[in-house]
Amino acid sequence: MIINHPILGPRDAQEFVYLGDAALINRPDGMTAGIEAFHDYLYVRDNPAGEHRELWYHEQGDRSWLVVTRNTVTHEIIKVELARDVAKAAGRTK
Amino acid sequence: MAEPLHALTALGHAAPKTVTIGAVSIIERFDVALASLAIRKGREAEVRALAAKAGLPLPDPARFAAGPSFSAFWVAPDMWFVEADHSTHEDIAGALKPLFGDAASITEQTDAWVRFDLRAEDLQGLLERLSNVDFARAADGFASRTVIEHIGCYLIRHGAGSVTLYGPRSSAASLLHALEVTAHSIA
Repeated sequence: MIINHPILGPRDAQEFVYLGDAALINRPDGMTAGIEAFHDYLYVRDNPAGEHRELWYHEQGDRSWLVVTRNTVTHEIIKVELARDVAKAAGRTK
Repeated sequence: MAEPLHALTALGHAAPKTVTIGAVSIIERFDVALASLAIRKGREAEVRALAAKAGLPLPDPARFAAGPSFSAFWVAPDMWFVEADHSTHEDIAGALKPLFGDAASITEQTDAWVRFDLRAEDLQGLLERLSNVDFARAADGFASRTVIEHIGCYLIRHGAGSVTLYGPRSSAASLLHALEVTAHSIA
């Protein structure tokens, strides 16, 4: 599988480490959001057959976190973005 | 009287090691100082202007660039490794910090890495057995992190027959072993 890195171009998936659902970016504030929200964040995942947004880490490359939109049925990679751009676009400051 | 202290190379010797196997020379380099430079948040324009003033190149992603006293290669977004001559810049982090103030984070890297320069007529035969970098199609000045025998390294292509490798210092002997074994297999 080849991941088309937004900065470095096509790179072998072997260079990357898979973390999981990109929803992990949106961690609730543990002090204010309540135990239910944090429980859901920690334990509840969607497992779609189809398009899925995932976090991949370019460990053997430039150490960037990527958000990869991938079809879990066909393995087609539809979109690759830098996770920091995704977080910034969602209004995060860090 | 105490014996004066002498620095050892990454391989544990007093002098750097050079190995020639067939057409391939593996040259340990002990004379290059290394530091990382990372732009602090929102300070990119400032750092680029200061770097230009100091004659320090900040190359594009996956590239190496040489300058008069500092050379640099890209390692991550907004981050580079900077090389300089060890004899004039032994304290390279100390030399870089005043140039950038609090606009960039500078970290000494010299003793964290072992550097091997590889020389041959054409290094493709060696490197295609060691790493997934498409060496033949990479342009001169290409720089990338890659894996060689499970060891994360930085590879810089200076030419078809000239490559610099930086590997973790604690794995220096293992990396050299991998290079030697592969050089023997094509010799």
